[in-house]
Parts: sequence; structure tokens; C-alpha cells
Amino acid sequence: MNSLNFFNNLGYAWPETIITLFLAILVIYNLVYPQARRALGIISLLGIALALGFTIQQMWTQFPTDPSWLSGFTRMLIPDKIGIFFKVIILIATAYVVLFTEFSEELRGTFDRAGEYYALIFGMLLGMMFMISANNFILLYVSLELVSYSSYVLAGFMKTSERSSEASMKYIIYGGVASGIMLFGISLMFGMTGTFYYFDISRLLMMININSVLFLISGIMIFTGIGYKISSVPFHFWTPDVYEGAPTTITAYLSVASKAAGFAALIHLVRNCFVGAVATDGYWVMLSHFYWKELLVYLAILTMTVGNLTALWQDNLKRMLAYSSIAHAGYLLAAMSVLSNQGLIAMVVYFSVYLLMNLGAFFIVILIQNKTGSENIDDYNGLGTRMPFLGACLGIFLVSLTGLPPTAGFIGKLYLFLALVDAKMIILAIIALLNSVISLYYYIRVLRHMYLTKGNNESPITPSFGSVLIALSLAVPVLLFGIYFTPLIEWAKTVVLR
Amino acid sequence: MNHAPLLSLITFLPVIGMIIVLLLPKGMEKAMKITTLTVTFLQIVIAGVIWSGFNYSLGGINDPNSFQFIEKFRWIELTGVAWLNTIKIDYFIGIDGISAPMLMLTALISFIAALSSWNINKAVKGYHAMYLLLVTGMMGVFVSLDFFLFYIFWEVMLLPMYFLIGIWGGPRKEYAAIKFFIYTLFGSVFMLLVMIGLYLSCQETLAAGQKVFTFNILSMMDPKNYTATGILSPLNPHNLRFIAYIGLFAGFAIKIPMFPFHTWLPDAHVEAPTPISVILAGVLLKMGTYGILRFNYPIFPEITRQVIWWIAAFGMINIIYGALCAMAQKDFKKLIAYSSVSHMGFVLLGMASLNTIGITGAIFQMFNHGTITAMLFLIVGVIYDRAHTRGIYEFGGLATQMPIYTGFVTIAFFGAIGLPGISGFISESFVFLGGFGFEPIRLLTILSTIGILLGAGYMLWTLQRVYLGPLNEKWNQLQDLDGREYAMLIPLTIIVLILGIYPSFMLGLMNTSVNALVDFMAKSPQLFSSIGM
Repeated sequence: MNSLNFFNNLGYAWPETIITLFLAILVIYNLVYPQARRALGIISLLGIALALGFTIQQMWTQFPTDPSWLSGFTRMLIPDKIGIFFKVIILIATAYVVLFTEFSEELRGTFDRAGEYYALIFGMLLGMMFMISANNFILLYVSLELVSYSSYVLAGFMKTSERSSEASMKYIIYGGVASGIMLFGISLMFGMTGTFYYFDISRLLMMININSVLFLISGIMIFTGIGYKISSVPFHFWTPDVYEGAPTTITAYLSVASKAAGFAALIHLVRNCFVGAVATDGYWVMLSHFYWKELLVYLAILTMTVGNLTALWQDNLKRMLAYSSIAHAGYLLAAMSVLSNQGLIAMVVYFSVYLLMNLGAFFIVILIQNKTGSENIDDYNGLGTRMPFLGACLGIFLVSLTGLPPTAGFIGKLYLFLALVDAKMIILAIIALLNSVISLYYYIRVLRHMYLTKGNNESPITPSFGSVLIALSLAVPVLLFGIYFTPLIEWAKTVVLR
Repeated sequence: MNHAPLLSLITFLPVIGMIIVLLLPKGMEKAMKITTLTVTFLQIVIAGVIWSGFNYSLGGINDPNSFQFIEKFRWIELTGVAWLNTIKIDYFIGIDGISAPMLMLTALISFIAALSSWNINKAVKGYHAMYLLLVTGMMGVFVSLDFFLFYIFWEVMLLPMYFLIGIWGGPRKEYAAIKFFIYTLFGSVFMLLVMIGLYLSCQETLAAGQKVFTFNILSMMDPKNYTATGILSPLNPHNLRFIAYIGLFAGFAIKIPMFPFHTWLPDAHVEAPTPISVILAGVLLKMGTYGILRFNYPIFPEITRQVIWWIAAFGMINIIYGALCAMAQKDFKKLIAYSSVSHMGFVLLGMASLNTIGITGAIFQMFNHGTITAMLFLIVGVIYDRAHTRGIYEFGGLATQMPIYTGFVTIAFFGAIGLPGISGFISESFVFLGGFGFEPIRLLTILSTIGILLGAGYMLWTLQRVYLGPLNEKWNQLQDLDGREYAMLIPLTIIVLILGIYPSFMLGLMNTSVNALVDFMAKSPQLFSSIGM
């Protein structure tokens, strides 16, 4: 391999290279100027912006039509637009989380370790970028571990807080088990097929029909690792504790970015290993007898129902949002289970919207936590009159999470149900709809405490200019896309077409 | 389109008002109230202009050319690819003889309720912003001719209503508000599913000859537009149209509210502040019956005929059950709430008759119930403002203390009973005439007449307990009506009396459309058989 070839190989991995570079810059800068905390944030944003630029530029790259003939390192990565989409989602989420950090009071005590914080976020970001485009089980596993290790540390970043340490500990134990199972599944898969590459497995499945229980078991084991990342039931037990204990910025990050990476990995795994062709009507022709459809449908039903029903009883807002994020993973799994391009469009639309509304909800929670020092729902009493602007924003985000028009959340739901009804999966659609009725109860409960119940404290809270800007940058698109969603769908369509 | 966009104006004027209210600084409460009043008054003016320009000879229903004041723009347009269909959603609004009376009613009741909101002094800004948003939602529902647009307006109303009951309501407001919200959302999610199912089954032919899926409800009424394999297509032998019909019907029935989905109504009414009760009874309940007439009837005519007996039966249950419940109430407001359940039963019964006179009666009853029940709730509001109680047994002999007030009460009560000379009589007798003329539901109609007796029973009994007899000395300080209350009650009284004596004002408005609907329902079997059903 000559040097020219090396750079050619890097072709699809420019964003990742930039992130690695900035990870190094962050660490070195922090060594040289240990006190300059704000500069680290700016460097991070710069790195993210650059990576975002390169990622978006890839949208216009001509990818090889048959990527299975690639060689070298490039072969490890799947160059396609759905991957680019999820990378964009993750980069935007990271940028917001870096911004949120500026506003977080609870992280104030850790500012002497700010260098580690940003470096770990970049480590996690790098892992997620590779996880999204992995075309190889080993790369998938290694990047998943990179994400996990960074997030273990970040979850327990407030060392002095008991809750935070507990969260980190639980996260490690669950994560360790899940990744162990996944690794075992990968080894079984390798034993049966003799390769780690998705494309090779797919080609093998086209030729022979592997129909053994072992194949099914290894597939489910591999899914365990991904299911743990997207917090699908029954791999969700870590979610509430970690979401509650981790610093809220990291909770927001986990709920959007690491979920996006997990879903991207799932999409790539299914689409590149198990799909033979895409029919003209957009449905995927599945290879071999792996029961993806059944698996995904049942997991979707379980995930959304358990998530929603458990969220009903939560008094801690972060915990409630954790269960709500489980429920949303259920809706996304339902869209996935259609196994068609329509389903993929629904996922893309849903995730774009989910990014905005979930980050927005967490941001307001951070701001409220700064003032009241608590995320307990009883401490939200009367906040609607004390901070009308932020209260209204949280209202918009929660209504959007419920999926009511005229917010973008409704468009996400609409496309989900369009895909489900088009595939004639009516029962699943009805279950998902009933779930969204249930979810109304706990989302609206927050508004009830904010507006309908009187608080002890009546003094108004004025938000800082910066926080108003950030909240607006999330709330305005949520409303706009609810009324005029053409750009959103056009974007989704471009992304889903190979 | 060669006319001013009057319907858009009447629909979105409140949104402009809402923005003004939100921009007004704290301390200008009076300006906010005046804004709301002005906006709703302008709506009445626009409604008057629409009425004067309304062509009585155009039917509407399923014919896009005979709808009036149409505005149609492309709202969402997405070109498709091989596996993803082109998506086109129109901003398509217009009225016919069925929606026109509802439009007038909404404008009228919104103004009356805005007057009644004058003495709400808690968080005035939020109240008026929410109120105006609610008015936009209500108007939008009655003018939309695109299912997607309709659904958006339908859902937009929920959140303001939740807050209006939940913040400005009575002691159990939180419970009542969430109950209302969850009930209605439960109904509307099924509506969403049916909407998507219809969308994926029905195609509209564009000018270029291209066929695209559509949310246009007028296209959904033509069986020729359905695809061969759509799940809600009559051409598909395994279609789910019956289930879809039930789902859609349930969504509307919750709003009516039809037994057994009525339990949210007494709670919501009792806890809501007076103006919101007026809106709820005056306009919101009509959306259910309007929805059935606009969607269930013409889109699923064959299933409507299958279940027509059940619609009438539920109408009868509503009438009698509502009346019996009303009789047992000790709370004045709850009594009126249950009387609403009873009166909406007449609408269901009239609709089920499938003939001109019955459906005319049903729509006219929708209008009359809107005005009369609005009066009744205002009357309860008047007494509650003064006495801070609504217990029927705590009053007595108010007629001597508040004679003018009692005069209005008597008119409203007699209107609710259906006394000749007051508008309620016309609509109820039309409903019975229609029902009696339709063989399958004749028995149910006869049974329903018991409802009139029961209605007279609880209304007159209440009149006696609260207004007649010796004055309860506790209340000898009560003042008679003030100017604002006159302004609310007099217009309604005039309308109720005029329509009682000369109902043709309203009947003429709806006549052609009702005939078109009846005609369409009667012809639909041929239409279905002509496409090979």
C-alpha cells in the first residue's frame, strides 16, 4: 500500500480524521493552558463545525454502486447517505451539548477537569461516527466499546455525586454484559460464515440458505449490543438510572446521539447483511430466514409500551424523559420493522424531529435545574408563570414529543403511521397510537405542574440572552416543520435513496 | 378565486388577535379584553358578509364546484420516486349549506363568550391568547375541506381547551381538564389512522392526468377515485371500511358526546368557567355531529346505511339517558350539561332518518342547541357570579328578586323544552317528523318522544325550585342583570325567538345542501354498483 493509496483510503473518513485531530488538539491545549475552559468549548465547536462541513460535503460524493469491491480500510466503512444523515444528527447533537455545558450549573464543580470532559465527548463522538458506518463486525464492536467507555466516564463525571457514580457503575455492568454477549454472537457468526464483513455475509446468504437455530441465536446476540445502545426493552434497565444520575448535558447526549448511532448501526446491519434487493415499491427483499420482521415488531411493541407505562409513574423529570426516550425508541423500532424505504424515511423524519424536541426538553430541564437545583416534578409547580418564555418552550417540546399538531412531532408520527398503514401493519399502528395517548398523560403532567399548580415561590426568573437563543433555535424549527414540512421530507428522501 | 379570502380571514383573524394580546405589556388587561371582543365582533361582521354573499342554490357536499368561498392553494408538495408516492396537500377551505350555519354559530357564540369572559381577571393575557387560539381551531374545523387541514385544526383546539379548563376552572379543574384531553385525543388518534388509511386508498387525478394520493375529502366521496388494493377502498374485497367507519365515528362520538363516551362532559362543564362552558356546549359538541355528516356519511355511504339503526338507537339512548341524568342532578350546571347530552341525541336521531326533513332538523337542532344551551350556561353563570353556589335546592323564589333575569330564564328553559314559538320546537319537531318517516327507525323515534316529556319535567321542575315559590331570604341581596349580561342574553334571545317564528332564515341556508346530501346518500348504491361493486 503506497502513500497515495492511504489517502485514497481515508477518502470516506475525513470527518472522523478531523475529529481525531481535534481530540488530540483538545488534550494538548488543556495540557498547555489548564485554566482556559471556555477556549476548549470553542475549539470543540470548531472541530464539530469542520467535521459537519466535511460530512455534508459527502452528500454530493459519488459513492461506488457496488461497495463490496472496495479494498483496504475503505472496505471497513459503508459509504451511504443514511450514514451521513445520522452523522449529521450526531454532530448537531454534540454541538448543542457543548453549548448546553456552558449553561450547566451542576458541572461547575468539575470545571478543573473540563479538558477531560471535552476530550471524552470527542472520544464518544469518534466512536459513534465509526459505529454508524461500520461494515465490519470488529469495527462495530470496537467503536461500540469506544462509545461505551467514554460514556461510562461521562455518566460518572461528577465524582462527588453519589448518584452520578452509581449511574456510572450500573452503566458499566450492564454495558459489559451486553457487549460480552454481542462479542460472543459475532464469534458465532464468524464461525458460520468465515468473515466479519457485512457485504461478504450478504453475498454468502445469497448463495446458500443458512437456516439454523445457531444463526438466529448469533443474530439475536449481536442485536443485544445494539439494543442496549438504543435502550430497547429488555435491554433498557440501565437507562433510567443512568439518565437520572448522569449530568443532564450527558443525559441529553446519550438520549439523542448514542441512540442515533445505535439505530444507524442497526439499519446498516440489516440493510447490508440481510437485504437482497429493494423492490420497486420500496419494500426490502429479505435474504435467508432470519426473523427480523417478527423480532422488530415484538421488540417495538414491548419497548414503547413498557417505556410509556413506566414513565407514567415517574416524579423525576430526567427519569421520566429516560422512559419517554425508551418509548420513542419503540416508535423508531416500529418504523424499522416495516423493512422498507418508507419505513426508513419515517425513521429519518422521526429522528430529525426527535433531535430537536428531545434536546430542547433537556435544555429547559437544565435551565430549571440551575434555578431550583432539582428535577423533581413538584419543584416545577408554578414555573409557568415564573418563566413564561422557557415554560412555553418546554410546552412546545412536550407537545411535540406527544405528537400533536401543529408541531414537528406530529409529522414524525404521521410518517411513521403512513409507513405502517402502507405496509398493512394495522395492529402495530393501533398499538403505537394508543401508546401516544398514554404518553400524553405524563407529558401534560409536567405542564399541569407548571401552569395549573401554584408554587411556593412567585419571583420571576429571567433567562439569559444566550439560553433564549438556544431555546429558540430548537423551538422554532419544531413549530415550523409542524406547519411546513416539505424541506424535512425532501431531505429524508435524498438520504434514503442510495 | 375571484373573491376576497373571507374564510381565511374569519379563521385566522383570531391568530392575529392572539399575537396582539401576547405583545401587549402586562397591566393592559383591558386592552387585551377589548382585542378579543373586537376580533370576535369582526368575525360576526365577516360572517354577515359571507351570509349576504351566500348562494342558496348551490349544494356542496361532494361537488367541488358548488362549494362557496373556496380557497385552494398547494400547501405541501413533494414529488415522488418509484416507491414513494407524490405527496400533495392542499390548503382547501370552503363552505356549503351544512358548514355555513355552523360558521355563523361559531362567530356568534365566540363573541358572546368573549363578552362573558370580561370578568375573568386571573392571568388575563394567557386566557385571551388561549381563547383566541381556540376560536381559530373551531372556525378551521368547520371550513376545512381537506382531511389533513381538518385534523390539524381539530387537534389545535385541544391544548387551549385543556388550559382554559385547567387554569381558570373550578375546584376539580385538573381532573376535568385531563379527562377531556385524554378522551378527545383517544378519539382523534383513530381518526388519524382512518385519515391515513383513506389517504393511501384514494387518488385524485391532477390536470396533467397524473394520479396522486389525496387528503381531499371531496375526492374521497367518489368511489371512482379509489385504488384497487387500498385498505379502505371499496374495490378491495378485503377492505377494512367497516372498522374504519367505527373508528372515525367513535372519534366524533366522543366529541358529541354520545353515550357511553359522555362521561367527560359533565366534569368538563362543571369545572370550566362560564364562557368556556358556553363555547363547549355552543360549538365544540357540534363538531362531532358535523364531522359525522361531513365525513362518515358521504365517504362511507354504504356503511352508514348498514349502521343507521344503531345511530338512531344511540340517539335515543342519549335523549332518554341524558334526560334522566339531568333530572337527578342537584348542581344547576351539571343539570344543563346532561340536558346537552339529551339534546345532542336529537341531532343523532335526526341524522339517522336520512331524509331531508330529518337532516334539516338535525342541523337546525345543532344551531338551536348552540344558542339555547349557551343561554342556559350564561344563566347559570349569572347566578353563580352572584351567589357563588349552583345548588338547585339552595335557591327558591328568585323571580321576585330578579324578575328580568327570570324572564330570560323562562325563554331559555321553554326553548330547551321545545315550546312552539321558540326555535327549539321547530328543530325537534323536524327531527321527529324525519325519524317517523323513515321506516327502520320509526319505533326508536316514538320511544324518543319520552325525552320531550322528561325534558319538560326537569326543566319546569328546576324553574320551580330555583325561581318560583317563596324567596329564600339568604338571597335578598342579589342584583338583577347588569349591562354586560344584557348584551350577552338579548342577542341570543332575539335569535332564538326569530328562528322560532320564522325559521326559514336558517332553513333556507341549509336546504339545498341537505337535499344534495340526501340525494347523494340515496344514489350511492348505484354509484357503487357502477364501478363494479
